[in-house]
Amino acid sequence: MLIFEHSRPGRRARAQAPAGEAALADIPESFRRKKRPRLPEVSEMQAVRHYTRLSQKNFSIDTQFYPLGSCTMKYNPRACNSLAMLPGLLGRHPLAPDTHSQGFMSAMYELQEILKEVTGMSAVSLAPMAGAQGEFAGIAMIRAYHDARGDTERKEILVPDAAHGTNPATAVMCGYQAREIPTKADGDVDMEALKAALGPQTAGIMLTNPSTLGVFERRIEEIARLVHEAGGLLYYDGANLNAILGRVRPGDMGFDVIHMNLHKTFSTPHGGGGPGAGPVGVSQRLQPFLPIPMVASDGSDYHWLQEEEMPQSIGRLSAFAGNAGVLLRAYVYAKMLGGEGMQRVADYSTLNANYMLKKLMEAGFTAAYPERRATHEFIITLKKEAKELGVNAMDFAKRLLDHGMHAPTTYFPLLVPECFLIEPTETEAKESLDAFIQAMIAIREEAARDPERVKGAPWSLPVRRLDDVKAARELDLRWQPGETST
Amino acid sequence: MSNIPDNLKYTESHEWVKDEGDGSVTVGITDHAQELLGDLVFVELPEVGAELSAGSECAVVESVKAASDVYSPVDGEVVAVNQDLADSPEAINEDPYGAWIFKLKLSDPAQLDGLLDAAAYAEAAED
Repeated sequence: MLIFEHSRPGRRARAQAPAGEAALADIPESFRRKKRPRLPEVSEMQAVRHYTRLSQKNFSIDTQFYPLGSCTMKYNPRACNSLAMLPGLLGRHPLAPDTHSQGFMSAMYELQEILKEVTGMSAVSLAPMAGAQGEFAGIAMIRAYHDARGDTERKEILVPDAAHGTNPATAVMCGYQAREIPTKADGDVDMEALKAALGPQTAGIMLTNPSTLGVFERRIEEIARLVHEAGGLLYYDGANLNAILGRVRPGDMGFDVIHMNLHKTFSTPHGGGGPGAGPVGVSQRLQPFLPIPMVASDGSDYHWLQEEEMPQSIGRLSAFAGNAGVLLRAYVYAKMLGGEGMQRVADYSTLNANYMLKKLMEAGFTAAYPERRATHEFIITLKKEAKELGVNAMDFAKRLLDHGMHAPTTYFPLLVPECFLIEPTETEAKESLDAFIQAMIAIREEAARDPERVKGAPWSLPVRRLDDVKAARELDLRWQPGETST
Repeated sequence: MSNIPDNLKYTESHEWVKDEGDGSVTVGITDHAQELLGDLVFVELPEVGAELSAGSECAVVESVKAASDVYSPVDGEVVAVNQDLADSPEAINEDPYGAWIFKLKLSDPAQLDGLLDAAAYAEAAED
């Protein structure tokens, strides 16, 4: 039920109303509303109950195991929240002068330095507001680099089919053609296909390493050499940075530009579309093109780098300076972990994934790449179960919800049929991992005994199985007064 | 096992091709392809008059699971597209060999010999 459906004319929560009258004098007549806005009219208690109920329906990392592959749903430490919400940080106006913002700016400067160090890049800009914008900034810089050299015949960005689905879209947004490179049966990029695709038209390659197949790209140094020899640059999609944090650096692998998803790897709250933060790091040659503003330091004071100091910058990506609240949380997280802690993130996220993979294989489930060691995530295919029991990956996913666990990523990557992409993250205890494995075994047994029970899941949630086909075919996103929502 | 009619030619990327015998072909996606994709919710058609080369992306079929490119099986010019699919993409799920996507005028009829027959496609679709 929507809050609007609770609404009754004249119902109020007077105790919560702002004191005093609004001053209308300085708003010109032509800009004033003629009719009252249609806001819901409810009592204070109704509002409290409504939003408390909604929060109880929330399926989140604070309440449940959330092994959603490729999304890194790790626990978000409360300390990051409380420190980012210190009054001095919370109350700072984005247009406050540098002299009044030295504390905030020192935190941002240090975060730039930390991210440089942990990725092995030469410089970092915190400006992008999300992973997708970080990708956009990354490819825009590659384009700016080629253009600045008068090298304008490079029209293609290579994208392995094990890369993130957003990569080809980013290349196209930046005016390039995306060219797909196939993956071999062992999960690595097909080197022969790569060699055949490289040429004077190659602007660069977008790689995710570890790839979305949950395996590390073993020939990355050779790939970097080949792409550079062809005059192209290498873009690192930071979606899977959690697996290698503090252990392997994209800069050392030969990448020229990288975006990081702080909302994944650096543990800021995410889900439901944001907010995120997608800082970009670059090698020496792309440094002049970084998006602004960035924070610079003369050793004692901090100031914003703007257009004058960075004339070749690809420009601004938002009105202010990135998602400040998200960046602050990531900064606190990085400071709490330190260098050693970051290595432990990689160690335990990969250990947890490999433990689960091994246990699921022992239980008779099929790994997509059984001969490969998992990174921070891995893939099982439920092809056999779908064929023998008539219960597919979607049915398993929905039934897991009844077991009190969020489903893994399903049907992605597209290369593996009936797949589950499982990412436990480093913050889960062995008991949660074991509980998931037990749930998978229980669902399989149930499917053999009573398949309809699995196919009809979920049974215990506020909403049952949704008709996603109808939802996609008859898209209806707006509620109108008088309609009933449920 | 999915339905693979003997009178059609196929590609490894799961298009079926019907030789109309007049220098043109009709193209759609196979029963196996629609099964893998699940319920379709959107079809993007090529433009009539477009010159396609074999293996080029020319249409998109989107299901609740994934969006997938459709590739031109041969070189040729698009002479017709199935507009009905814009309103009823589910026709491909219901009748994959009836719900054609586009028709091509062949540039080189000999290219048809390079396509898979039903038996070869059945084998390719197994993997």
